[in-house]
Formats: sequence, C-alpha cells, structure tokens
Amino acid sequence: MFKLITAAEAAALIKPRNRVAIGGFLAVGAPESIIDAIVAAGIKDLHMIVIASDWEDRGVGKLVVNHCVSSAQVSHMGTNKEIQNQMNSGEMKIELVPQGTLMERVRAFGTGLGGVLTPTGLGTVVAEGKQIINVDGKDYILEPAIPSDFALIKAWKADKDGNLIYRKTARNSNPIMAMAGRITIAEVDEIVETGEIDPEMIVTPGVFVDYIVVKKEV
Amino acid sequence: MALDKRAQIGARIAMELKDGDYVNLGIGLPTEAANHIPEGVRVIFQSENGVMGVGPAPEEGTEDQEMINAGGGFITTLPGASFFDSATSFGIIRGGHIDVTVLGALQVDQEGNLANWMIPGKMTPGMGGAMDLVTGAKKVIVAMEHCDKRGNPKILKQCNLPLTAKGKVSLIITEMAVLEVTPKGLLLKEVTEGFTVEDVVKATEAELIIPEGLA
Repeated sequence: MFKLITAAEAAALIKPRNRVAIGGFLAVGAPESIIDAIVAAGIKDLHMIVIASDWEDRGVGKLVVNHCVSSAQVSHMGTNKEIQNQMNSGEMKIELVPQGTLMERVRAFGTGLGGVLTPTGLGTVVAEGKQIINVDGKDYILEPAIPSDFALIKAWKADKDGNLIYRKTARNSNPIMAMAGRITIAEVDEIVETGEIDPEMIVTPGVFVDYIVVKKEV
Repeated sequence: MALDKRAQIGARIAMELKDGDYVNLGIGLPTEAANHIPEGVRVIFQSENGVMGVGPAPEEGTEDQEMINAGGGFITTLPGASFFDSATSFGIIRGGHIDVTVLGALQVDQEGNLANWMIPGKMTPGMGGAMDLVTGAKKVIVAMEHCDKRGNPKILKQCNLPLTAKGKVSLIITEMAVLEVTPKGLLLKEVTEGFTVEDVVKATEAELIIPEGLA
C-alpha cells in the first residue's frame, strides 16, 4: 500500500545516477511538483527516460536546464534547444529511441519481460549493432527492456488504495511508466475515498504505486 | 509557405482520404488536410500522444491544458473520441490499424526511403513517433515543399541523411506535383496547374517516369 509524502520527500528518495522514468508528453501529464522538488534539491547526474524533453520552462525540460540529468533515453527533443546543446557539448549522453519502441521497452521491464521484437527502425541507424530476429519470414529488431529505479508519474485522481485515473491527453506515457519503476511515485490532483472511483474506470491499479504526492497548487 | 500553397497541398492530401479511414497527420503542413475533408466523408484522426477522434482547434479562451495533439497544439475531441496510453497508441500505429499517415520530409527518394528526423551536426529533434508511423501505417504519404529553402531538390535518387524508414513511402504530394513510388521507379502522376513537366524535372533529382500525355 502506498505512503503519502511531500514532493520534497519524494525528491529526497532519488540519488545521483538513479534511472528515472518520467511520465508526460510535451509537459502535459508531467509530475511538475516532483520535478520542481528535484531541481530544488539540486540532484545531479540522473539518467532520464522520457518521451520528449519538453520545454525549457515546463516538464522535464527544467531538469535539463538545471543540469540534473547527465544521460537520457528519449524520442523527441525538438522543443528543447538546451538538451541538444548539452548533447553537442558532450555534457549529456543521449540514446534516441522511437516512441513506440521506448514505450514497449519500458513496459517490458515493468511486466517482467527481457525485451520486445519490433520492425520499427529496420534499415536505419536504430538497428545498428542490434540482433535481428526473423519470425515467420519477417525481420524484427530485438530491443531490450529499459530498467528504471524510479517512475515519476502524474495522474488525475487516486483513491486511498492508490488506484489511479488519468485525464484526457495527460494520460500518455503515465500508465506505462507507472508499471516500470522499482519504486513508483505518483503525483495526483486529489485523493478520493476508496470506492469513489468505479473499478471499471481504474487505469493503473494501486499495486503499482509506492508513494503519492498531492500536486502543489500554483 | 504561402497560405494558398498550404491550402492546395492540404486539399490534395484530403483527396487521398476515404470515408471511414483512421488517419494520423504529422506536425505542420500535413495537418492542413483536416481543413479540406469533403462534406459527407468522415475521417477519424488520431494523435499519437493518445487520442482518437481529434476535432478542430478550440476557440480562444476555451482551451483545456490537458487536451493537446502530438505537436503540442490545443485540440477538441469529436463524439466517439477515445483517450488511451502511449503504448496502446503505438500499438494502433505499429499494428497496422492506421489507414493513412501523412508526414513531412527533409528528403525522400525514388525507392520510397524517407529521412525526416536529423541533420547530423546541425539539428537532432529525434524521430519521435515518425519511425513507428512510417513502419506501421497501411499507406504513407509525404507532404512537403518540393525543394528546400535554398531551392535544392528534396526528392532524390538516394537519401543521404539518416533514414526514418526504408521503402515505406507510397505517395509524395508537393505544391508542384504528385508522385507515386512504384516498383519500377518514381512515377510523375500529376503536375499542378501553373507548372510544366520540365519545371518538375528541374526541381527533382530523382529519375522520373513520365507517362505520355501528362501536361
């Protein structure tokens, strides 16, 4: 069962060189309170697993601008010049991963799989150095699972059993990341009584959730 | 790009979309197609961040901060819309459930290869969802300006930028022409009014198959 903590307490759990999978897409559905707390705590040298590097002043872009991150697995950086600068200067090590592949590799780790077979990236630099496996006459790239120490996610509501629901396009990578952290910390807008959310509506069962932070109103 | 050029390309893309198609439009120029769907044709638009049934942009002042498309623009949803997580979204894409995807390109070549995610040493936006879209969609259309900003051809014999996918593009739509990737090579299907076949040949590096009688 989850424990209720503050954003600062969440940040205090995270140590340099930890691998951190963070939910959100262009900062929509990003756990902003936890991200701000990591910046405030001055944690450095994190490995970040994200769909996109977001904006310089929103989402995980703040972690980049404040030099909290030294390496990343990411699929899109087009909205954040700073991460491209840090990559070009050698400060940041980047593995670019196709978005669908990134999601499956993260999900694989969370669901006990060693990896996935995907046709995405065949004939491109993504396939270089990777094992190609033929199944029923079709080639696939063997893409290994991506492990993470922490998953930091944003949900709309939690109930007191840690069951989560999401809102509109703020769902995005959050339910996938939620499964994949050795420790999962969910930031939510509010916590409601158990039973208030119809079990049919629950997207992330509370079994995946270790800590909950209630979002700070800005 | 001039507004009329955008509208013209958008209208031409829209002609490729059939009633009942599930369609993913890439960021930028391809989104223009949504403004040109003929009346009576229902096309269901996906955005890969996790929504099917995307509607028009909201009126100013009614934006929902948690309703965006993959380009970060605010959206509305139409009746019948659904939200889902990113793995499901790319399952839809990779699994061949999208009928048509339309993307921009830095380069495309006569073998249907596409490059649209990095210029080494210059810019690395990353592939985002493009590699999955091009790999999984039933039909891949490239919509772009025929030449780059300096007037250099973007339709080449062979792409020299890092590829997004190999041999997946089936149709290229520009302000000058419509070209189809066939097993025999790149077929010049249509030339836009105001241009000649010679104009297109001059602006294209790839070898073209030019049918007799094409004006």
